Amino acid sequence: MSLTVPSIHYLALLPVLTTFGAAVVLMVMSALAPRPLRPAASLAVVLATCVAVVVEAAVQWSYVADHGATTTVAHAVVLDGFAVVGTVAVAVALGLSALVVFDWGARARVLGAEVPVLALASSAGALLMVQANDLIVVFLGLETLSLGLYVLAGFDRHRTGSSEAALKYFLLGGFASAIFIYGAALVYGATGSTNLSSIAYFLGTNVVLRPGLLYAGGALLLVGFGFKVAAAPFHQWSPDVYQGSPTPVTGMMASIVKVGAFLALVRVLVSALGTQLDTWRPILYALVIATCVVGAVLGLAQRDVKRLLAYSSINQAGFMLLGVWTGSASGAAGTLFYVLTYAPVVVATFAVVTLVGGVGDSRHAIDGYRGLARRQPWLGGALVVLLLSQLGAPLTVGFYAKYAVLSATLASGGGALALVALLSAAIAAAFYLRWVMVLVAEDAEDGAERVAVPRATGLAILAGVAVALVFGVWPGPVAAWAQHATLLFLP
Amino acid sequence: MHSSWYLAALLVVPLLGALGALAAARTRDGAYRVAVGASVVELALSLVVAFLYDPHVPGAHTLDFATRHVLAAPFGLAYDVGLDGISLLLVVLTSLVLCLALLGARERRREPAFVAWMLVLTACTMGSFLAQDGLEFFVFFELTLVPSYFIVAEWGGAERARAALKFFVYTFTGSAALLVGLIYLAVAHQNQVGGPLTFAFSALAATTLSHGTAVWLFVAFAVAFAVKSPIWPLHTWSPLAYAEAPTGGSIELSALLAKLGSYGLLRLAVGLVPLALVDVRPVLLTLAVIGVLYGSFVACATPDLKRLVAYSSVAQMGFVTLGVMSGSAIATEGALLLMFNHGVITAGFFLLIGFIERRRASYQIGDLTGLQGPAPVLAALFTVVMMASIGLPGLSGFVSEYLILIGTFATHAWWAAFATLGVLASAAYLLWAFQRVFHGRAQGPNEHLEDARPAERWVMVPVVVLVVALGVFPQPVLNRIAPSVNQLVAHEISAVHP
Repeated sequence: MSLTVPSIHYLALLPVLTTFGAAVVLMVMSALAPRPLRPAASLAVVLATCVAVVVEAAVQWSYVADHGATTTVAHAVVLDGFAVVGTVAVAVALGLSALVVFDWGARARVLGAEVPVLALASSAGALLMVQANDLIVVFLGLETLSLGLYVLAGFDRHRTGSSEAALKYFLLGGFASAIFIYGAALVYGATGSTNLSSIAYFLGTNVVLRPGLLYAGGALLLVGFGFKVAAAPFHQWSPDVYQGSPTPVTGMMASIVKVGAFLALVRVLVSALGTQLDTWRPILYALVIATCVVGAVLGLAQRDVKRLLAYSSINQAGFMLLGVWTGSASGAAGTLFYVLTYAPVVVATFAVVTLVGGVGDSRHAIDGYRGLARRQPWLGGALVVLLLSQLGAPLTVGFYAKYAVLSATLASGGGALALVALLSAAIAAAFYLRWVMVLVAEDAEDGAERVAVPRATGLAILAGVAVALVFGVWPGPVAAWAQHATLLFLP
Repeated sequence: MHSSWYLAALLVVPLLGALGALAAARTRDGAYRVAVGASVVELALSLVVAFLYDPHVPGAHTLDFATRHVLAAPFGLAYDVGLDGISLLLVVLTSLVLCLALLGARERRREPAFVAWMLVLTACTMGSFLAQDGLEFFVFFELTLVPSYFIVAEWGGAERARAALKFFVYTFTGSAALLVGLIYLAVAHQNQVGGPLTFAFSALAATTLSHGTAVWLFVAFAVAFAVKSPIWPLHTWSPLAYAEAPTGGSIELSALLAKLGSYGLLRLAVGLVPLALVDVRPVLLTLAVIGVLYGSFVACATPDLKRLVAYSSVAQMGFVTLGVMSGSAIATEGALLLMFNHGVITAGFFLLIGFIERRRASYQIGDLTGLQGPAPVLAALFTVVMMASIGLPGLSGFVSEYLILIGTFATHAWWAAFATLGVLASAAYLLWAFQRVFHGRAQGPNEHLEDARPAERWVMVPVVVLVVALGVFPQPVLNRIAPSVNQLVAHEISAVHP
């Protein structure tokens, strides 16, 4: 028996390899260096990695535009426009998160290189997910992504909340991964392959007479994804974990995980199970409604801003699912546009929360924000813009993100679904605005101290605000890019 | 066809003014002076545009100053502006109300953020009235929420937090239906004609719809605009918001933003899906009449002047809705005229109430009595504005209400008959309030109330002039808006009776 080594197209793997490589290099550097590595050095490595990944993505894009989408490593990894945009989204979210982590680490005395290394490894997992063309590779990416985050969630050892979050995230995440891989096994049993293209081919050329196995497998896959993206009713972990984890890590959970998991979900459902559209669409229909409504309604009752943002991101996940529900190219483009623009905005939001949270990462009551926009107009104003973008106010990019998925939904005949989602956004507006109200309208208590804004975090916030406003005024190029990327989607 | 740069300037001048106001924040009164300067330029510009407007440009369907540029093709987003007779008066009203609000409500003059928000709000409102594209209209329409939210939330009265939140969530919910309806219509249009997604009003109006779809779309649009207008029973946010807002905010909300509702009802609901009118017309006419009567009766019972004007606005906007939905060109012209007149009259009311509030720190009717003795000029100004609102012949309110009622009598006599009762009721509540506030013997702090100062008298001059001029000689204005109205009503009739 001979083993054939599949041919490898290295350009396709370059971003993943770069990011993993950077993680390894950084780890070795910190182990070999005589003194503890300076945080600025780790930051430089991470930022250099992000820049390199973006440059590689640009090269990949020109390759895809010229030669079309392609697969490599025995069709397990795909290089197409969709993956390239996802790569950029992950790189941007990683870079901004690294800036926030840098200042947070300096303040919380978390000085080792462990956090940057874990962040790089997790991001490499997300990068693998957006390129995965095989259920096993999706699982690999998912696990790599999650393992880093399990550790990061518990990194604030002085707070019991952080350990609690890590344990909760690990246990429930472990279950979800097990469910996912079981689903993959059942789909393999039903179709004879774990490769997404092969599954699609099999389902396109055969009639599945007893679809029970396939349906069960698909449902289990959906449960696994639902857990990772925090879609109701699999969302219960997210408020506790968001609240307990160190705030910059929460920002990564809300951005990088969502990018990786949603793009992989689009690939699995639209590309592999596209022929079963009529079966999974009703399930997603229910998921969208549950996710939107749960996020919006339960968010109303929160007095802790991190829990509030957890429910907010559940509500946003409902909108991202809306694009998946359509099962169409324009819906996939809408979801892509949504995650691409949501990631920087949510990282910047958590950056502000990190700063206000103070040294112990503990001041997260909404009352702690009283009068912030009056005392510090720039910081408070930035938070107002970021919240308005998540709310979906026009002239912020959040409006066009919602618009993109809604128009795709209406084009697929989901009028009622679009209306329910948008009404949930109106409910969610109430909690965003209550926060805004606390920021702008109420006078500060006496003795409220100024929140210091370190330079790196300030830069991350500025970037998030810039994305919200610049693409809010001028969404054309990004929208066209997302649409073009979806056209270069591997069929 | 005139250059579209005039309209671009109308959008940009307030924004530049807002930036200038923020930049001049450090000098004493600098922001206020910049803002007033910008608002005067805006008013002058809008008057120039109104005089230049030519309804008979060949092939432009009564549009002038029109242009269209696609901004984001995948979204169908375009910059598409133009002016026609339906927008004409409202464009002038927008800049006029800004001037009045800035000059008359001066207690906030020191705060650059306040005047900047007022200018931004003006730009958004102007954009809504000038947009000839559904998505662009929606963006501007929704955007008006942000400045008005901040104006109420930061500078409002004791219950400002509740008022601002209620206002925002109500309107945002209404707009959800509007956005879904608009996208649905655009997608349906794309499926019929092919080509890229477009929201241009002229294109959407040509979409062929089934009867049921048209009704649903109309309802989706009408909900959004009924909240904004406000039309009974979706008016409940308005008295709280009007009362809690600072004077300048009350003026913007009631005199201007309310008009976005009736304008949208006419331009989008009636203009784009007239087929639905067969079914929905009786419902909306009935709601309009209920609004007229309900607003009038509740106004009789309100204990404070701001809420009195708020409920009187519900009644007046009921008349506007009646005219818009009547299907008669005369009544529609009357409705457009009433939008303008009501804007001017309400601005006058809120200015005068602001003057009283500044002196007495209260606008409760119970706290005020016999003000005519110490403040005869104030009383006289109030009388003029009140008489115009009641609809005294010779003043502007009469002309517009008369046109609405006469037009509606021709098409829907019963509704007009009931609405006429509202005219009587408005006389009752306004005269009664006037009697309680201005007549009688002034005692206590009311005894030495200062009369209107010169600056306050000058602010009221444009209000009085417009009230009298449009009451005596409205024909030139009606001539300018008539071609567009006739075209719209003809489109409506041809859709209903093919």
